[in-house]
Amino acid sequence: MQGFAEEFRMAVSLILQGDAELWAIVMLSLRVSVLAVLISALIGMPIGAALAVARFPGRRALIILMNALMGLPPVVVGLLVYLMLSRSGPLGVLELLYTPIAMIIAQVVLVTPIIAALTRQVVEMLAEEYAEQLRSLGVSRLSSVPVLLWDARLALVTALLAGFGRAIAEVGAVIIVGGNINHVTRVMTTTIALETSKGNLALALALGAILIGIAVAVNAMVSALTLRAEQEGLRHA
Amino acid sequence: MIRAMIKAALVAIAVTAGESRAESPFIIVQSTTSTQNSGLLDFILPGFEAETGIDVRVVAVGTGQAIRNARNGDGDVLLVHSKPAEEAFVADGWGVERFDVMYNDFVLVGPKSDPAQVKGGDDIVAALTAVAEAQAPFASRGDDSGTHKAELGHWARTGIDPTDASGTWYRETGSGMGATLNIASGMGAYALTDRATWLSFGNRGDLDILVEGDPALFNQYGVILVNPEKHSGVRAAAGQRFIDWLTGPDGQSAIEAYQLDGQQLFFPNAK
Repeated sequence: MQGFAEEFRMAVSLILQGDAELWAIVMLSLRVSVLAVLISALIGMPIGAALAVARFPGRRALIILMNALMGLPPVVVGLLVYLMLSRSGPLGVLELLYTPIAMIIAQVVLVTPIIAALTRQVVEMLAEEYAEQLRSLGVSRLSSVPVLLWDARLALVTALLAGFGRAIAEVGAVIIVGGNINHVTRVMTTTIALETSKGNLALALALGAILIGIAVAVNAMVSALTLRAEQEGLRHA
Repeated sequence: MIRAMIKAALVAIAVTAGESRAESPFIIVQSTTSTQNSGLLDFILPGFEAETGIDVRVVAVGTGQAIRNARNGDGDVLLVHSKPAEEAFVADGWGVERFDVMYNDFVLVGPKSDPAQVKGGDDIVAALTAVAEAQAPFASRGDDSGTHKAELGHWARTGIDPTDASGTWYRETGSGMGATLNIASGMGAYALTDRATWLSFGNRGDLDILVEGDPALFNQYGVILVNPEKHSGVRAAAGQRFIDWLTGPDGQSAIEAYQLDGQQLFFPNAK
């Protein structure tokens, strides 16, 4: 196992030296996943909030479906997006396959149900709390959505982070629609898969450690921001 | 109108995603894991890119998947290693013409303890027969790749159908070459691999080359331009330029020059 320790040390020093190629991969991972989460939030939060306050037949079934979609298998999503974007597929003319946009699309499909389902839960609880107030002000259910989303914003950060965790750690979908092309669509997880297949287990593990480090850093940053916002909220109250 | 808006939105996303659309011309090559994992493409492609300004984007998957992707038009050039499948691809009109590029060979690797006692042999049919008789673990790609097709061809000549033993001593990993070698290394199984992947593989553990040198283990690589008449989006001119380079003197000598630990991995043989 001596070679293992050696390889691991090498990988760690690559990171510390700020190896340009490695950093480009890290930055692409972050860009793709952050954008995917933001787009998912724009789609998922209104849907989740609307589902929380609206009352219509089939609502229960829709909520169950949305919760189930949180467990979408990434490989299946990758295949579906591939079939859509392939030159033989309906969106082939857009020439998006094997680009970062294809990876963002796949991650949006994976992350939107997570954000929508968690938003639904948070907003539903808040809506119960505010029910009387909103009714006395004569606000209709659906028009209360923006207010509820705004008041739930701190709790909704957790939904964003859950989505980000899914996006940044996912490999099955992005390797199909991105193609793991060097300098174009190679991200952290596909690099880890590639190095594992080359038998460079220590390097793969070290890259995994960076990925976890990034996740921790992003969560810490968001947590610090949330904490500050909470404190400010208290001061204003 | 709507389409223009979608396009504008996509461009906006593309710019933020760090991708500029006004970049240098590129082609997409559907290829196999062996050419990428061995480091060959990383070694030879910069020469072509510097000479022509054409960026080569490689999607490395198994030969079976590469051919299917190319059939869907998701690639401009196909660089794989299963001659019958390649010829069928051209015959069915999906490719323009097939050219030989290079070759290397397959080897049978296995645990040093060698329960089937095949070490030192140069007859793949005899070796596989011995593995089956000993019911020694054998890790097969099981993924319709070029290596998998070659392996099944050798089994066919033994008269044994190993898939009868699927799940017992015959284990179909359904994974790439590297992943299959990782599994073979972990369970002390035999496996058929191309020599290039083996030489560049970093997790050999207790595995070693046990059988090599059988002429039947010859492994030919071919290159094909995807037919632009089937898919109008194919970048035919740039793709043809790459094929001309790869099969021409510059590409051939670049392939010949690639070595790993003092060993040549691929032998150019374009006509």
